[in-house]
Amino acid sequence: MDEFRIPIGEVADTVITWIVNNLNALFSVLRTIFDEMYGAIFAILDGPGWIVITILAALIALLSRGWKFMLGTIIGLVVIVGVDQWENAMSSLSLVLVATFWALVISIPLGIWAAKSDTFSALIRPVLDFLQTMPAFVYLIPALLLFRVGVAPGIVATIIFAMAPGVRFTELGIRSVDAEVVEAGQAFGSSPSRILRQIQLPLALPTIMAGVNQVIMLSLSMVVIAGMVGAGGLGGDVIKSLNRLDTALGVEAGLAVVIIAMILDRLTNAFGKHSGLFAKFRARKPHVDSVPQDSMNA
Amino acid sequence: MTRNVAVKVDHLYKVFGRKPKDAVEKLKAGLTRDQLPSSTTAAVIDASFEVLEGEIFVVMGLSGSGKSTLIRTLNGLWEATDGSISINQEELTGMSPARLREARRTKISMVFQHFALLPHRTVRDNVAYPLEQNGVPKAQRLAKADETLKMVGLDGWGDKMPSELSGGMQQRVGIARALAADTDILLMDEAFSALDPLIRREMQEQLIELQGQLGKTIVFITHDLNEAMFLGDRIAVMRDGQIVQVGTPEEILTDPANDYVAQFVQDVDRARVLSAGSVMEPARAHITEQAGPRNALRTMRDNFLSATVVTSRDRKVLGMITDRDALKLLRQGENSLSSKIKPLDTVHRDTPLIDLFVPSVESPLPVTVTDQDDRLLGVIPRVTLLAALAAATPPTEEMSVLQAPLPADVVDAALNAEGGE
Repeated sequence: MDEFRIPIGEVADTVITWIVNNLNALFSVLRTIFDEMYGAIFAILDGPGWIVITILAALIALLSRGWKFMLGTIIGLVVIVGVDQWENAMSSLSLVLVATFWALVISIPLGIWAAKSDTFSALIRPVLDFLQTMPAFVYLIPALLLFRVGVAPGIVATIIFAMAPGVRFTELGIRSVDAEVVEAGQAFGSSPSRILRQIQLPLALPTIMAGVNQVIMLSLSMVVIAGMVGAGGLGGDVIKSLNRLDTALGVEAGLAVVIIAMILDRLTNAFGKHSGLFAKFRARKPHVDSVPQDSMNA
Repeated sequence: MTRNVAVKVDHLYKVFGRKPKDAVEKLKAGLTRDQLPSSTTAAVIDASFEVLEGEIFVVMGLSGSGKSTLIRTLNGLWEATDGSISINQEELTGMSPARLREARRTKISMVFQHFALLPHRTVRDNVAYPLEQNGVPKAQRLAKADETLKMVGLDGWGDKMPSELSGGMQQRVGIARALAADTDILLMDEAFSALDPLIRREMQEQLIELQGQLGKTIVFITHDLNEAMFLGDRIAVMRDGQIVQVGTPEEILTDPANDYVAQFVQDVDRARVLSAGSVMEPARAHITEQAGPRNALRTMRDNFLSATVVTSRDRKVLGMITDRDALKLLRQGENSLSSKIKPLDTVHRDTPLIDLFVPSVESPLPVTVTDQDDRLLGVIPRVTLLAALAAATPPTEEMSVLQAPLPADVVDAALNAEGGE
């Protein structure tokens, strides 16, 4: 049995080597796009100084959920500043935003397709399993080969690692829209694209938003690992502290990741729900869950 | 009275599952649906019927009888496996998807069992939805939506969200949405089944009222026989994918095509379905005004009656006369009955039996049935009324009297005495 060896690893290696050798131009374009996007967002977040950003974040928090969340956001951000991780935190946040953006751009259409086609759904499910369970470090190897050290391989590895819930939740959301409501759209002669836009997507929105939340959370967890390939940010400091066995730095950088994660989680959780001041502005009427039957003839 | 055919369904088959065409061939060759392979389900088998313009055509059957599939093939939500459907003489089967969508926008709209309103839109926007799909400008479609909401009694509810409305109101929105589309044909899939009984009855009445105003052609699906009987101008009874009988409610009730239908109609509220005209008996004893007291008395004596209907020569009901009054007139030597004719309440032949009980109790005579010109058509004695509800054969004897007839010897004596002069 010594000879029995399935050369999957070799094949993967050959494929990646071939891609590196032949599609280099494509990847340098992608690398530039990722680098530029990251640079622009980082400039916006880090440029104005922590006070401005904290005030803006507090405002968003107030509008999306209310004053408690605003207070938590302020305290969290001040703690990050206090442990001298502001720049790293903004760097990681920029990376998360870029990765999340691309992950959603890829995963939501795939999710819609999967909802429409049972065949595609069956095909993509094992792919998603693969993407989600493959140890995240493994993505770094081809990413490094294709994009070289820097932010780009971190972003790419993050996109791949984080996109699976985007697909899954979008599919789930669209599939669980009340079939009769979709049928109503068809019965009144709407085209499939209008049904998607006017009925399926709006009704699937809360579920899709839960997916977006998951994508962001996974992105953040990947950020630390991305630090290994020179993506910098909080991940860079975590890796640095690991190498030096520096507890103090490790705890501070780790805490900053937790704080950013909590803020983003609460924020994205509020999307698609009616909470905070924003919802109050928008609401035309107070929402009543049910009206008693006897008001029927009112 | 010939009306155009709005929907024509011809040998329609709908089979789900693998190799549906093969299954249709097998069904045509005489296999039953249980003999088909388990991978296929024959939902509609060889259905043929015509729906006339402006009629309420009810398709009735239990769950699994294929009625929901049938209605969904009528607007192409399901594609027919075999056979044809035409809407206003235009063939629906084999239409391109784009043409089909256009037909749904302009010809057929639908009301759903669970309302199927868009929960993220206001009531007004929901009603305007079909118009939006038709490309009607916003201001115009919202105005039309308000107008339609008014029609269904939801004036002023346009700004609410559907979840703020009760079930009955939500379904009115569903109906308003279908009406706003301004199509000639309305498909209603168990439209009132999710509502509680009181509201259901109210909605049924409102539907009939709206249909009277707007003259829509309605195909109504239900599993509730009473609803079918109440709403339907004609009813198609479905069982296991097949249409077992098509007929008016009375035809189905009085002349069921087979045991299944007979069993089904057993529980129906016959009092609401059967009309006076369908259970009445010939009025054997009635007299014309000109007949005079003598003839009147004789007729009553021969029929053991204490009173009888008086008509004019052309059978118009004038009223009634009792034997005692006739006797008085005879003794007074009057030749005309007119001075003693008492008013008599009559019922039109289309009156449902449910409305005959009070007249039946109050009237000393069997309930008198007339046509629209007030002409005597027949009578319904109390026993006949009860027998009709019990679905038994009506008795031959009229037994409805409040007062016992005069003893025959008294009448005979009077007749003889007068006759002797």
